[in-house]
Amino acid sequence: MSWFSQTLTSSIGKKLLMALTGLFLISFLVIHATINAMIFYNDGGETFTHWGHFMGTNPIVRTLEIGLIIGFLVHIVDGLILWKNNSEARPIKYAMNKPSANSTWYSRSMGLLGTLLLIFLVIHTAHFWIPNRSNQFATGEELNLYQMMLDIFQNPLVVLIYVLGCISLFWHLLHGFKSAFQTLGLNHIKYNGAINFLGTAFSIVVPILFALMPISIYLGWVY
Amino acid sequence: MSADNMHIKLKVWRQSNSNTKGDFENYSLDHVSPDMSFLEMFDVLNEQLIEEGKEPVAFDHDCREGICGMCSMYINGRAHGPLKGVTTCQLHMRSFNDGDTIVVEPWRAEAFPVIKDLVVDRDAFDRVISAGGFVSVNTGNAQDANSLPIPKIAADEAFAAAACIACGACVAACKNASAMLFVSAKISQLALLPQGQAERTIRAEKMVAQMDAEGFGNCTNTGACSAECPKEIGQENIARMNREYIGAKLSSSAV
Ligand code: HEM
Ligand code: SF4
Ligand code: FES
Repeated sequence: MSWFSQTLTSSIGKKLLMALTGLFLISFLVIHATINAMIFYNDGGETFTHWGHFMGTNPIVRTLEIGLIIGFLVHIVDGLILWKNNSEARPIKYAMNKPSANSTWYSRSMGLLGTLLLIFLVIHTAHFWIPNRSNQFATGEELNLYQMMLDIFQNPLVVLIYVLGCISLFWHLLHGFKSAFQTLGLNHIKYNGAINFLGTAFSIVVPILFALMPISIYLGWVY
Repeated sequence: MSADNMHIKLKVWRQSNSNTKGDFENYSLDHVSPDMSFLEMFDVLNEQLIEEGKEPVAFDHDCREGICGMCSMYINGRAHGPLKGVTTCQLHMRSFNDGDTIVVEPWRAEAFPVIKDLVVDRDAFDRVISAGGFVSVNTGNAQDANSLPIPKIAADEAFAAAACIACGACVAACKNASAMLFVSAKISQLALLPQGQAERTIRAEKMVAQMDAEGFGNCTNTGACSAECPKEIGQENIARMNREYIGAKLSSSAV
Protein backbone atom coordinates (compact mmCIF):
# COMPACT_ATOMS: atom_id res chain seq x y z
CA MET A 1 0.00 0.00 0.00
CA SER A 2 1.21 3.48 -0.73
CA TRP A 3 1.81 5.78 2.24
CA PHE A 4 -1.29 7.71 1.22
CA SER A 5 -3.79 4.86 1.28
CA GLN A 6 -2.00 3.46 4.33
CA THR A 7 -2.68 6.74 6.10
CA LEU A 8 -6.34 6.91 5.12
CA THR A 9 -7.03 3.31 6.13
CA SER A 10 -5.28 3.61 9.50
CA SER A 11 -7.36 4.24 12.60
CA ILE A 12 -6.36 7.90 12.76
CA GLY A 13 -6.81 8.27 9.00
CA LYS A 14 -10.38 6.98 9.17
CA LYS A 15 -11.09 9.36 12.02
CA LEU A 16 -9.54 12.18 10.03
CA LEU A 17 -11.88 11.47 7.10
CA MET A 18 -14.79 11.44 9.54
CA ALA A 19 -13.83 14.81 10.97
CA LEU A 20 -13.11 16.49 7.62
CA THR A 21 -16.31 15.26 5.98
CA GLY A 22 -18.25 16.06 9.18
CA LEU A 23 -17.04 19.67 9.14
CA PHE A 24 -17.75 19.88 5.43
CA LEU A 25 -21.31 18.70 6.06
CA ILE A 26 -21.59 21.32 8.80
CA SER A 27 -20.63 24.02 6.30
CA PHE A 28 -23.34 22.66 4.00
CA LEU A 29 -25.87 22.91 6.84
CA VAL A 30 -25.06 26.61 7.25
CA ILE A 31 -25.94 27.33 3.61
CA HIS A 32 -28.93 24.96 3.56
CA ALA A 33 -30.40 26.48 6.73
CA THR A 34 -29.78 30.05 5.56
CA ILE A 35 -31.50 29.63 2.20
CA ASN A 36 -34.44 27.67 3.62
CA ALA A 37 -34.90 30.29 6.34
CA MET A 38 -35.96 32.65 3.51
CA ILE A 39 -39.42 31.10 3.79
CA PHE A 40 -39.81 33.07 7.03
CA TYR A 41 -40.03 36.28 4.94
CA ASN A 42 -43.54 34.95 4.30
CA ASP A 43 -43.52 36.49 0.83
CA GLY A 44 -45.20 33.54 -0.86
CA GLY A 45 -41.82 31.92 -1.33
CA GLU A 46 -40.43 34.62 -3.59
CA THR A 47 -37.03 35.09 -1.87
CA PHE A 48 -36.72 31.37 -1.18
CA THR A 49 -37.45 30.46 -4.79
CA HIS A 50 -34.99 33.08 -6.05
CA TRP A 51 -32.12 31.56 -4.04
CA GLY A 52 -33.34 28.02 -4.63
CA HIS A 53 -33.18 28.68 -8.34
CA PHE A 54 -29.63 30.02 -7.98
CA MET A 55 -28.53 26.94 -6.01
CA GLY A 56 -30.26 24.58 -8.42
CA THR A 57 -28.85 26.04 -11.61
CA ASN A 58 -25.55 27.82 -10.91
CA PRO A 59 -22.79 25.68 -12.50
CA ILE A 60 -20.32 26.27 -9.63
CA VAL A 61 -22.91 25.27 -7.04
CA ARG A 62 -23.93 22.26 -9.10
CA THR A 63 -20.28 21.15 -9.23
CA LEU A 64 -19.94 21.64 -5.47
CA GLU A 65 -23.07 19.50 -5.12
CA ILE A 66 -21.11 16.52 -6.45
CA GLY A 67 -18.55 17.17 -3.72
CA LEU A 68 -21.40 17.22 -1.21
CA ILE A 69 -22.70 13.85 -2.37
CA ILE A 70 -19.20 12.39 -2.13
CA GLY A 71 -18.79 14.00 1.29
CA PHE A 72 -22.00 12.39 2.52
CA LEU A 73 -21.04 8.99 1.09
CA VAL A 74 -17.54 9.04 2.59
CA HIS A 75 -18.91 10.16 5.97
CA ILE A 76 -21.60 7.49 5.99
CA VAL A 77 -19.47 4.59 4.69
CA ASP A 78 -16.49 5.49 6.89
CA GLY A 79 -18.82 5.94 9.88
CA LEU A 80 -20.34 2.51 9.36
CA ILE A 81 -16.88 0.91 8.91
CA LEU A 82 -15.69 2.50 12.18
CA TRP A 83 -18.86 1.39 13.91
CA LYS A 84 -18.28 -2.22 12.77
CA ASN A 85 -14.54 -2.17 13.67
CA ASN A 86 -15.35 -0.77 17.08
CA SER A 87 -17.93 -3.39 17.95
CA GLU A 88 -15.48 -6.10 16.84
CA ALA A 89 -12.85 -4.67 19.19
CA ARG A 90 -15.02 -5.81 22.11
CA PRO A 91 -16.66 -9.12 21.11
CA ILE A 92 -17.59 -10.01 24.72
CA LYS A 93 -19.51 -7.25 26.49
CA TYR A 94 -19.43 -6.52 30.20
CA ALA A 95 -22.17 -8.14 32.27
CA MET A 96 -22.25 -4.97 34.36
CA ASN A 97 -21.27 -1.65 32.84
CA LYS A 98 -21.74 1.94 34.00
CA PRO A 99 -20.57 4.07 31.09
CA SER A 100 -22.69 7.00 32.26
CA ALA A 101 -20.06 7.50 34.98
CA ASN A 102 -17.41 8.43 32.44
CA SER A 103 -19.05 9.77 29.26
CA THR A 104 -22.24 11.22 27.77
CA TRP A 105 -24.76 8.88 26.13
CA TYR A 106 -24.78 10.86 22.88
CA SER A 107 -20.98 10.72 22.51
CA ARG A 108 -21.35 6.93 22.72
CA SER A 109 -24.24 6.85 20.25
CA MET A 110 -22.81 8.59 17.18
CA GLY A 111 -23.33 5.53 14.99
CA LEU A 112 -26.95 5.21 16.08
CA LEU A 113 -27.65 8.94 15.73
CA GLY A 114 -25.91 8.90 12.34
CA THR A 115 -28.10 6.00 11.21
CA LEU A 116 -31.22 7.90 12.26
CA LEU A 117 -29.90 10.83 10.21
CA LEU A 118 -29.35 8.49 7.28
CA ILE A 119 -32.95 7.25 7.45
CA PHE A 120 -34.13 10.83 7.65
CA LEU A 121 -31.90 11.77 4.73
CA VAL A 122 -33.49 9.08 2.53
CA ILE A 123 -36.99 10.35 3.35
CA HIS A 124 -35.96 13.97 2.95
CA THR A 125 -34.23 13.60 -0.42
CA ALA A 126 -37.19 11.52 -1.66
CA HIS A 127 -39.45 14.48 -0.79
CA PHE A 128 -37.55 17.26 -2.52
CA TRP A 129 -34.10 16.77 -3.98
CA ILE A 130 -34.67 13.58 -6.01
CA PRO A 131 -38.01 14.67 -7.64
CA ASN A 132 -36.58 18.11 -8.40
CA ARG A 133 -33.31 16.93 -9.92
CA SER A 134 -35.01 14.16 -11.94
CA ASN A 135 -37.52 16.66 -13.27
CA GLN A 136 -34.68 19.03 -14.17
CA PHE A 137 -32.92 16.17 -15.89
CA ALA A 138 -36.05 15.08 -17.80
CA THR A 139 -37.59 18.44 -18.73
CA GLY A 140 -35.01 21.09 -17.80
CA GLU A 141 -37.63 22.69 -15.58
CA GLU A 142 -37.37 23.11 -11.80
CA LEU A 143 -40.29 22.07 -9.64
CA ASN A 144 -42.07 24.57 -7.41
CA LEU A 145 -40.28 23.54 -4.22
CA TYR A 146 -42.11 26.13 -2.13
CA GLN A 147 -45.52 24.77 -3.10
CA MET A 148 -44.25 21.22 -2.51
CA MET A 149 -43.20 22.20 1.01
CA LEU A 150 -46.62 23.71 1.72
CA ASP A 151 -48.25 20.48 0.55
CA ILE A 152 -45.91 17.94 2.15
CA PHE A 153 -45.93 19.60 5.56
CA GLN A 154 -49.71 19.40 5.86
CA ASN A 155 -49.21 15.81 7.03
CA PRO A 156 -48.56 15.74 10.81
CA LEU A 157 -46.66 12.45 10.52
CA VAL A 158 -44.21 14.04 8.08
CA VAL A 159 -43.79 17.03 10.41
CA LEU A 160 -43.06 14.61 13.26
CA ILE A 161 -40.42 12.75 11.20
CA TYR A 162 -38.73 16.07 10.37
CA VAL A 163 -38.72 17.16 14.01
CA LEU A 164 -37.25 13.79 15.06
CA GLY A 165 -34.61 14.21 12.34
CA CYS A 166 -33.71 17.61 13.80
CA ILE A 167 -33.47 16.15 17.30
CA SER A 168 -31.08 13.45 16.03
CA LEU A 169 -29.07 16.16 14.30
CA PHE A 170 -28.88 18.13 17.55
CA TRP A 171 -27.37 15.23 19.51
CA HIS A 172 -25.10 14.16 16.62
CA LEU A 173 -23.69 17.67 16.32
CA LEU A 174 -23.47 18.32 20.06
CA HIS A 175 -20.74 15.70 20.18
CA GLY A 176 -19.62 15.75 16.54
CA PHE A 177 -18.73 19.43 16.25
CA LYS A 178 -16.24 19.41 19.15
CA SER A 179 -15.13 15.87 18.40
CA ALA A 180 -14.06 16.85 14.88
CA PHE A 181 -11.65 19.47 16.25
CA GLN A 182 -10.15 17.01 18.74
CA THR A 183 -9.68 14.48 15.93
CA LEU A 184 -7.88 17.09 13.84
CA GLY A 185 -5.56 17.65 16.79
CA LEU A 186 -6.99 21.11 17.49
CA ASN A 187 -7.10 20.90 21.26
CA HIS A 188 -5.58 24.02 22.79
CA ILE A 189 -6.43 25.98 25.92
CA LYS A 190 -6.64 29.18 23.92
CA TYR A 191 -9.33 27.89 21.58
CA ASN A 192 -11.16 25.09 23.43
CA GLY A 193 -13.58 27.52 25.05
CA ALA A 194 -14.52 29.07 21.71
CA ILE A 195 -14.87 25.68 19.99
CA ASN A 196 -17.10 24.36 22.78
CA PHE A 197 -19.27 27.46 22.77
CA LEU A 198 -19.58 27.53 18.99
CA GLY A 199 -20.28 23.79 18.88
CA THR A 200 -23.06 23.96 21.45
CA ALA A 201 -24.59 27.10 19.94
CA PHE A 202 -24.52 25.66 16.43
CA SER A 203 -26.02 22.34 17.56
CA ILE A 204 -28.93 24.18 19.17
CA VAL A 205 -29.60 26.96 16.66
CA VAL A 206 -29.43 25.03 13.39
CA PRO A 207 -31.74 22.12 14.33
CA ILE A 208 -34.28 24.53 15.88
CA LEU A 209 -34.23 26.64 12.73
CA PHE A 210 -34.78 23.55 10.58
CA ALA A 211 -37.52 22.16 12.85
CA LEU A 212 -39.37 25.49 12.74
CA MET A 213 -39.83 25.17 8.97
CA PRO A 214 -42.23 22.18 8.87
CA ILE A 215 -43.83 23.30 12.14
CA SER A 216 -44.52 26.83 10.86
CA ILE A 217 -46.00 25.55 7.65
CA TYR A 218 -48.16 22.98 9.44
CA LEU A 219 -49.46 25.58 11.88
CA GLY A 220 -50.11 28.02 9.04
CA TRP A 221 -47.58 30.63 10.18
CA VAL A 222 -45.90 30.36 6.80
CA TYR A 223 -48.16 29.97 3.80
CA MET B 1 -14.29 -8.60 64.59
CA SER B 2 -14.82 -4.94 65.28
CA ALA B 3 -18.05 -3.02 64.81
CA ASP B 4 -17.04 -1.99 61.32
CA ASN B 5 -16.74 -5.55 60.09
CA MET B 6 -18.34 -5.81 56.63
CA HIS B 7 -20.25 -8.57 54.89
CA ILE B 8 -19.55 -8.57 51.18
CA LYS B 9 -21.08 -10.66 48.42
CA LEU B 10 -18.99 -11.14 45.31
CA LYS B 11 -19.92 -12.11 41.78
CA VAL B 12 -16.60 -12.96 40.14
CA TRP B 13 -15.80 -14.03 36.58
CA ARG B 14 -14.19 -17.47 36.54
CA GLN B 15 -12.61 -18.89 33.39
CA SER B 16 -10.00 -21.65 33.46
CA ASN B 17 -8.17 -20.59 30.28
CA SER B 18 -8.49 -18.60 27.08
CA ASN B 19 -10.14 -21.50 25.23
CA THR B 20 -12.94 -22.18 27.67
CA LYS B 21 -16.14 -20.30 28.21
CA GLY B 22 -16.23 -18.65 31.60
CA ASP B 23 -19.05 -17.78 33.93
CA PHE B 24 -19.78 -15.90 37.13
CA GLU B 25 -19.41 -17.52 40.56
CA ASN B 26 -20.99 -16.11 43.71
CA TYR B 27 -19.03 -15.84 46.94
CA SER B 28 -19.81 -14.49 50.37
CA LEU B 29 -17.29 -12.94 52.75
CA ASP B 30 -18.24 -12.34 56.38
CA HIS B 31 -15.05 -10.78 57.76
CA VAL B 32 -14.03 -7.85 55.62
CA SER B 33 -12.44 -4.79 57.21
CA PRO B 34 -13.23 -1.40 55.68
CA ASP B 35 -9.51 -0.67 55.85
CA MET B 36 -8.61 -3.55 53.56
CA SER B 37 -7.65 -2.78 50.02
CA PHE B 38 -9.76 -4.41 47.32
CA LEU B 39 -6.92 -6.84 46.59
CA GLU B 40 -6.58 -7.74 50.27
CA MET B 41 -10.27 -8.56 50.21
CA PHE B 42 -9.48 -10.92 47.31
CA ASP B 43 -6.64 -12.44 49.37
CA VAL B 44 -9.20 -13.20 52.07
CA LEU B 45 -11.49 -14.76 49.45
CA ASN B 46 -8.65 -16.89 48.07
CA GLU B 47 -7.63 -18.16 51.52
CA GLN B 48 -11.25 -19.11 52.11
CA LEU B 49 -11.34 -20.92 48.74
CA ILE B 50 -8.07 -22.75 49.44
CA GLU B 51 -9.40 -23.88 52.84
CA GLU B 52 -12.50 -25.17 51.09
CA GLY B 53 -10.25 -27.05 48.68
CA LYS B 54 -11.32 -24.90 45.74
CA GLU B 55 -9.31 -23.15 43.03
CA PRO B 56 -8.38 -19.60 44.12
CA VAL B 57 -9.29 -16.69 41.83
CA ALA B 58 -6.42 -15.71 39.53
CA PHE B 59 -5.87 -11.94 39.44
CA ASP B 60 -2.91 -9.79 38.42
CA HIS B 61 -1.09 -7.61 40.94
CA ASP B 62 2.47 -6.67 41.72
CA CYS B 63 3.31 -3.40 43.46
CA ARG B 64 0.00 -2.88 45.28
CA GLU B 65 0.87 0.80 45.47
CA GLY B 66 -0.58 2.15 42.24
CA ILE B 67 2.54 2.19 40.08
CA CYS B 68 2.88 -1.11 38.22
CA GLY B 69 -0.48 -1.11 36.43
CA MET B 70 -1.10 -4.83 36.88
CA CYS B 71 -4.27 -4.90 38.96
CA SER B 72 -6.82 -4.90 36.14
CA MET B 73 -10.36 -5.45 37.44
CA TYR B 74 -13.67 -4.18 36.14
CA ILE B 75 -15.57 -3.53 39.37
CA ASN B 76 -19.31 -2.84 39.40
CA GLY B 77 -19.20 -1.64 35.81
CA ARG B 78 -16.14 0.64 36.22
CA ALA B 79 -12.46 0.10 35.41
CA HIS B 80 -10.62 -0.07 38.77
CA GLY B 81 -13.90 0.53 40.60
CA PRO B 82 -15.85 3.61 41.59
CA LEU B 83 -13.12 6.11 42.54
CA LYS B 84 -11.41 8.64 40.30
CA GLY B 85 -7.66 8.49 39.66
CA VAL B 86 -7.21 5.23 41.58
CA THR B 87 -6.03 1.70 40.72
CA THR B 88 -7.74 -1.41 42.14
CA CYS B 89 -4.91 -1.93 44.65
CA GLN B 90 -5.47 1.60 46.00
CA LEU B 91 -9.21 1.12 46.33
CA HIS B 92 -10.38 0.30 49.85
CA MET B 93 -13.41 -1.54 51.11
CA ARG B 94 -14.62 1.64 52.84
CA SER B 95 -15.71 2.75 49.36
CA PHE B 96 -18.41 0.05 49.56
CA ASN B 97 -21.26 -0.58 51.97
CA ASP B 98 -21.87 -3.46 54.33
CA GLY B 99 -23.94 -6.09 52.52
CA ASP B 100 -23.04 -4.89 49.00
CA THR B 101 -22.85 -7.29 46.08
CA ILE B 102 -19.79 -6.45 43.98
CA VAL B 103 -19.47 -7.65 40.39
CA VAL B 104 -15.87 -8.21 39.23
CA GLU B 105 -14.99 -8.89 35.58
CA PRO B 106 -11.76 -8.96 33.58
CA TRP B 107 -10.93 -6.22 31.04
CA ARG B 108 -13.01 -6.96 27.94
CA ALA B 109 -11.23 -6.37 24.62
CA GLU B 110 -10.37 -8.43 21.56
CA ALA B 111 -6.73 -7.31 22.01
CA PHE B 112 -6.67 -8.36 25.71
CA PRO B 113 -7.66 -12.07 25.73
CA VAL B 114 -8.49 -13.57 29.12
CA ILE B 115 -5.72 -15.92 30.32
CA LYS B 116 -7.47 -17.08 33.48
CA ASP B 117 -10.26 -15.65 35.63
CA LEU B 118 -9.49 -11.92 35.97
CA VAL B 119 -6.05 -12.08 34.34
CA VAL B 120 -5.84 -10.75 30.79
CA ASP B 121 -2.94 -10.78 28.34
CA ARG B 122 -1.78 -7.19 27.86
CA ASP B 123 1.22 -8.05 25.67
CA ALA B 124 -0.37 -5.97 22.92
CA PHE B 125 0.72 -2.89 24.89
CA ASP B 126 4.31 -4.16 25.08
CA ARG B 127 4.34 -4.77 21.33
CA VAL B 128 3.12 -1.20 20.72
CA ILE B 129 5.91 0.13 22.95
CA SER B 130 8.61 -1.96 21.27
CA ALA B 131 7.31 -0.91 17.85
CA GLY B 132 8.30 2.62 18.90
CA GLY B 133 11.94 1.51 18.77
CA PHE B 134 15.01 3.00 20.39
CA VAL B 135 15.91 6.57 21.23
CA SER B 136 19.26 6.97 19.50
CA VAL B 137 20.22 10.12 21.41
CA ASN B 138 22.31 8.95 24.33
CA THR B 139 20.89 10.46 27.48
CA GLY B 140 23.63 9.13 29.75
CA ASN B 141 23.14 8.48 33.44
CA ALA B 142 20.88 10.35 35.81
CA GLN B 143 23.09 13.41 36.29
CA ASP B 144 23.84 13.70 32.54
CA ALA B 145 20.14 13.61 31.78
CA ASN B 146 19.53 16.21 34.47
CA SER B 147 22.12 18.53 32.96
CA LEU B 148 20.28 18.66 29.64
CA PRO B 149 18.30 21.90 29.62
CA ILE B 150 14.58 21.28 29.04
CA PRO B 151 11.94 24.01 29.37
CA LYS B 152 9.81 23.52 32.47
CA ILE B 153 6.55 23.41 30.47
CA ALA B 154 7.85 20.64 28.18
CA ALA B 155 9.26 18.70 31.14
CA ASP B 156 5.96 18.94 33.03
CA GLU B 157 3.84 17.92 30.04
CA ALA B 158 6.17 15.02 29.20
CA PHE B 159 6.12 13.91 32.82
CA ALA B 160 2.33 14.02 32.97
CA ALA B 161 2.21 11.75 29.89
CA ALA B 162 4.95 9.48 31.27
CA ALA B 163 2.83 8.88 34.37
CA CYS B 164 0.90 6.28 32.32
CA ILE B 165 1.39 2.88 33.96
CA ALA B 166 0.09 0.85 30.99
CA CYS B 167 -2.72 -0.58 33.09
CA GLY B 168 -5.20 -0.81 30.21
CA ALA B 169 -8.09 0.85 32.05
CA CYS B 170 -8.50 3.23 29.10
CA VAL B 171 -9.08 0.28 26.75
CA ALA B 172 -11.34 -1.42 29.29
CA ALA B 173 -13.52 1.65 29.81
CA CYS B 174 -13.72 2.79 26.18
CA LYS B 175 -16.86 1.67 24.37
CA ASN B 176 -14.63 1.01 21.33
CA ALA B 177 -11.85 -0.74 23.29
CA SER B 178 -9.54 1.89 21.82
CA ALA B 179 -5.94 2.14 23.04
CA MET B 180 -5.49 5.70 21.86
CA LEU B 181 -5.03 7.25 25.30
CA PHE B 182 -2.25 4.80 26.17
CA VAL B 183 -0.51 5.11 22.79
CA SER B 184 -0.85 8.89 22.81
CA ALA B 185 0.76 9.06 26.27
CA LYS B 186 3.68 6.94 25.07
CA ILE B 187 4.09 9.01 21.90
CA SER B 188 3.76 12.30 23.81
CA GLN B 189 6.32 11.61 26.52
CA LEU B 190 9.07 11.40 23.90
CA ALA B 191 7.72 13.83 21.30
CA LEU B 192 7.84 16.61 23.90
CA LEU B 193 11.49 16.09 24.87
CA PRO B 194 14.65 17.04 22.92
CA GLN B 195 15.97 13.45 23.15
CA GLY B 196 12.85 12.23 21.38
CA GLN B 197 13.24 14.38 18.26
CA ALA B 198 15.50 12.17 16.11
CA GLU B 199 12.98 9.31 15.82
CA ARG B 200 9.90 11.44 16.30
CA THR B 201 8.12 10.76 13.00
CA ILE B 202 9.00 7.09 12.58
CA ARG B 203 8.01 6.40 16.18
CA ALA B 204 4.52 7.86 15.72
CA GLU B 205 4.02 5.95 12.46
CA LYS B 206 5.17 2.60 13.85
CA MET B 207 3.36 2.78 17.17
CA VAL B 208 0.05 3.69 15.53
CA ALA B 209 0.50 0.92 12.93
CA GLN B 210 1.13 -1.62 15.71
CA MET B 211 -1.85 -0.33 17.70
CA ASP B 212 -4.06 -0.90 14.63
CA ALA B 213 -2.59 -4.37 14.02
CA GLU B 214 -3.43 -5.43 17.58
CA GLY B 215 -7.16 -5.00 16.95
CA PHE B 216 -7.94 -2.11 19.28
CA GLY B 217 -10.94 0.02 18.30
CA ASN B 218 -11.03 3.57 17.00
CA CYS B 219 -11.43 6.51 19.35
CA THR B 220 -14.71 8.44 19.07
CA ASN B 221 -13.67 11.07 21.60
CA THR B 222 -16.14 10.06 24.30
CA GLY B 223 -13.51 10.93 26.94
CA ALA B 224 -14.27 7.76 28.96
CA CYS B 225 -10.57 6.81 29.00
CA SER B 226 -9.35 9.98 30.70
CA ALA B 227 -12.24 9.83 33.16
CA GLU B 228 -11.28 6.30 34.21
CA CYS B 229 -7.47 6.57 33.89
CA PRO B 230 -5.84 6.10 37.31
CA LYS B 231 -3.13 8.59 36.27
CA GLU B 232 -5.66 11.01 34.76
CA ILE B 233 -3.88 11.19 31.40
CA GLY B 234 -5.67 13.94 29.46
CA GLN B 235 -7.41 14.07 26.09
CA GLU B 236 -4.88 16.62 24.82
CA ASN B 237 -2.47 13.70 24.41
CA ILE B 238 -4.78 12.05 21.87
CA ALA B 239 -4.99 15.34 19.96
CA ARG B 240 -1.18 15.51 20.06
CA MET B 241 -0.89 11.93 18.78
CA ASN B 242 -3.23 12.78 15.89
CA ARG B 243 -1.05 15.79 15.02
CA GLU B 244 2.15 13.76 15.36
CA TYR B 245 0.80 10.94 13.21
CA ILE B 246 -0.69 13.09 10.46
CA GLY B 247 2.43 15.28 10.44
CA ALA B 248 4.66 12.20 10.32
CA LYS B 249 2.70 10.65 7.45
CA LEU B 250 2.91 13.88 5.46
CA SER B 251 6.57 14.56 6.11
CA SER B 252 8.49 11.36 6.87
CA SER B 253 10.69 9.69 4.27
CA ALA B 254 8.91 6.34 4.69
CA VAL B 255 6.95 6.03 1.42
C1 HEM C 1 -26.28 10.63 7.23
C2 HEM C 1 -25.77 9.76 7.95
C3 HEM C 1 -24.67 9.98 8.95
C4 HEM C 1 -24.02 8.96 9.54
C5 HEM C 1 -24.25 7.49 9.30
C6 HEM C 1 -23.03 9.52 10.45
C7 HEM C 1 -22.22 8.79 11.25
C8 HEM C 1 -21.21 9.28 12.03
C9 HEM C 1 -20.31 8.49 12.83
C10 HEM C 1 -20.34 6.99 12.99
C11 HEM C 1 -19.42 9.33 13.38
C12 HEM C 1 -18.20 8.91 14.20
C13 HEM C 1 -18.37 9.01 15.63
C14 HEM C 1 -17.34 9.92 16.25
O1 HEM C 1 -16.28 10.19 15.65
O2 HEM C 1 -17.60 10.35 17.34
C15 HEM C 1 -19.76 10.65 12.97
C16 HEM C 1 -19.07 11.75 13.34
C17 HEM C 1 -19.40 13.01 12.93
N1 HEM C 1 -20.48 13.37 12.15
FE1 HEM C 1 -21.80 12.13 11.30
N2 HEM C 1 -23.09 10.87 10.39
C18 HEM C 1 -24.09 11.20 9.49
C19 HEM C 1 -24.48 12.45 9.14
C20 HEM C 1 -23.87 13.58 9.57
C21 HEM C 1 -24.28 14.89 9.23
C22 HEM C 1 -25.48 15.24 8.38
C23 HEM C 1 -23.37 15.73 9.83
C24 HEM C 1 -23.28 17.22 9.82
C25 HEM C 1 -23.84 18.01 9.09
C26 HEM C 1 -22.40 14.95 10.55
C27 HEM C 1 -21.35 15.46 11.27
C28 HEM C 1 -20.44 14.72 11.98
C29 HEM C 1 -19.29 15.23 12.69
C30 HEM C 1 -18.85 16.67 12.78
C31 HEM C 1 -18.64 14.15 13.28
C32 HEM C 1 -17.38 14.21 14.15
C33 HEM C 1 -16.14 13.70 13.50
C34 HEM C 1 -15.13 13.29 14.54
O3 HEM C 1 -15.52 12.85 15.64
O4 HEM C 1 -13.95 13.35 14.29
N3 HEM C 1 -22.73 13.65 10.38
N4 HEM C 1 -20.85 10.60 12.13
S1 SF4 D 1 -3.44 6.01 29.75
FE1 SF4 D 1 -4.16 5.75 31.89
S2 SF4 D 1 -5.69 4.14 31.74
FE2 SF4 D 1 -4.49 4.01 29.85
S3 SF4 D 1 -2.86 2.55 30.26
FE3 SF4 D 1 -2.02 4.57 30.77
S4 SF4 D 1 -2.43 4.83 32.97
FE4 SF4 D 1 -3.75 3.14 32.28
S1 FES E 1 -0.85 -3.70 41.82
FE1 FES E 1 0.52 -2.27 40.93
S2 FES E 1 -0.81 -0.68 40.30
FE2 FES E 1 -2.14 -1.99 41.38
